[in-house]
Amino acid sequence: MLQLDSIDFRYPTGDFHLSIPDLSVKAGGKVGVIGPSGSGKTTLLNLVAGILTPGKGSVTVDEMKISSQSDTTRRDFRITNIGLIFQDFGLLDYLDIQDNILHPYRITDALKLTGDVRNRAKILAEQMGIADKLNSHPPELSQGERQRVAICRALLPGPKLILADEATGNLDPKNKVRILDLLFRSVEKHDATLLAVTHDQELLSYFDRVVDFQDFLPGEAA
Amino acid sequence: MMDSIYLAWRYLNYNKARTAVLVTCITIIAVLPIALEILLNESERQLSLRAQSSPLLIGAKGSALDLVMNSLYFSDEVPETITMDAAQQVMATDLAAPIPLYIRFTARDFPIVGTSLDYFDFRQLKIAQGELFAMLGQCVIGAEVSQKLNLKPGDYIVSSPETLFNIAGVYPLKMKISGVLAPAHSADDLGVFVDITTAWVIHGLGHGHQDVTTTTDSSVILKKEVGNVTANAKLMQYTEITEENIDSFHLHGDPADFPLTAVLAIPYDEKSGTILQGRYLKKEIPYQVVQPKEVIDTLMANIFKIRTVLDAVIMIVATATLLALVLVFSLSLRLREREIDVIFKLGCSRATIARLLSAEIAIIVCMSGLVCAGLLVLISYYDQMLVRNVFM
Repeated sequence: MLQLDSIDFRYPTGDFHLSIPDLSVKAGGKVGVIGPSGSGKTTLLNLVAGILTPGKGSVTVDEMKISSQSDTTRRDFRITNIGLIFQDFGLLDYLDIQDNILHPYRITDALKLTGDVRNRAKILAEQMGIADKLNSHPPELSQGERQRVAICRALLPGPKLILADEATGNLDPKNKVRILDLLFRSVEKHDATLLAVTHDQELLSYFDRVVDFQDFLPGEAA
Repeated sequence: MMDSIYLAWRYLNYNKARTAVLVTCITIIAVLPIALEILLNESERQLSLRAQSSPLLIGAKGSALDLVMNSLYFSDEVPETITMDAAQQVMATDLAAPIPLYIRFTARDFPIVGTSLDYFDFRQLKIAQGELFAMLGQCVIGAEVSQKLNLKPGDYIVSSPETLFNIAGVYPLKMKISGVLAPAHSADDLGVFVDITTAWVIHGLGHGHQDVTTTTDSSVILKKEVGNVTANAKLMQYTEITEENIDSFHLHGDPADFPLTAVLAIPYDEKSGTILQGRYLKKEIPYQVVQPKEVIDTLMANIFKIRTVLDAVIMIVATATLLALVLVFSLSLRLREREIDVIFKLGCSRATIARLLSAEIAIIVCMSGLVCAGLLVLISYYDQMLVRNVFM
């Protein structure tokens, strides 16, 4: 599903340097990514999502070598094939929950908002237990409920890959496990692959595999 | 594009206060200069039209503008008075028909216009309800007076005392409305028209009271001499002229000496007008004769200068407001940086983000445009009334 080969990435300014010789994730896998702050975990997600492109090496997602595609192709591929869950959920306060879930369909021509999509959104909301909140706005919801909305939004286009950046970072221990469990079940139900960045050592046992960014750091830092 | 408009609309709808402020600011910027232009053009039209249709005005020497504004537009500025003798002198020249005007008092904030029946013919004023005044104490009201005060023929309107606490002054006169004029779309719509003699009664130059020669109440008599009876303050004065007491009303003095604010002189022909004007050029004559059109043209020239200054001020204010709006919008973009980052990461192109933001501006401008159009339609529809009530 996901293959990174000989990745070398630097930001135009600053000393940051990320080097990943090889990283692969099989379809349906649930991979946790850990590492110290500033080690490049979020950069990895951005590279996989095609938001950033590596200076050297290649990123292949579902047999699409996205690192060599044009910006438009990468963007269209991302919104149709990759679901993103942000640490702060990235919900828009001015949209109600239904519109937040449908939001990706309103910001691109690559996805078509049809009656079927609307029905799927409702079913997803029911599965996540937020069907009664569809007309509410994010500030009216609890942290856990907002997290579920973010998951719904990520899953709605039927992505093959879910990228979660500290998706449980703002939750209390009890809710962390609940939401992670919900995320895992959703990923399994939709035959997706999960690549999740986390700081939380307690959650690592839930993943199939854990990638430690410490391994990618230069010798001295490691 | 529809999705961009939908999202923009949701944003604006969620931030109602911010949207309202932006719409209001843009509307004011757009409406103000156009509305002023409409109203100034209408005031210019009304002033000119009425001035053109008023050939000559004779009044006391002094401000020609006050004389014209009072006589033609019933303004509050009362010019120095002349006497009825001035009207009789015009009549005697056989060069023009005089219409006396005494515009000094008000009734419920509307000007009382003391004049003669010739005024209605001259101004081509039509009666919509009732009839012209036929009796002392009756009045005819303009269309707007009728509408605003909800008055009709048979109702009464009372003249207002010039000063509220002048207890030694004249009593207010309760006037019966004999008719209502059809809308004339001029200052006449705001007038309460009475016969010149009624205006003098309001002034206190004439009055009606109990007949002291036949009264049986001796307590009202102060002194009784042959051919003269002096009454005291107990004597009842009438505040309303009715068919029963009209005979008791009388003027004290020679009507030729009674005051007028102006005489509207209608020359029989152009030559007569020129000759008449020539007769008032002599220094010893205490009157002046003015052509209202000339006075108004001078006023217009000044208004035009003021308008230029006003336009410049509006431009400066509009520029400052627009800059403030740009600042507000750019600050709001900063506040939305996270949102823009999220939708960019989800897969939204920069062009779509620009389209979303443009849709917001377009909706705000459209809303302002609609409000602006609505206001301008209203202002255009009511421009004549607004000009009469606000500008004159």
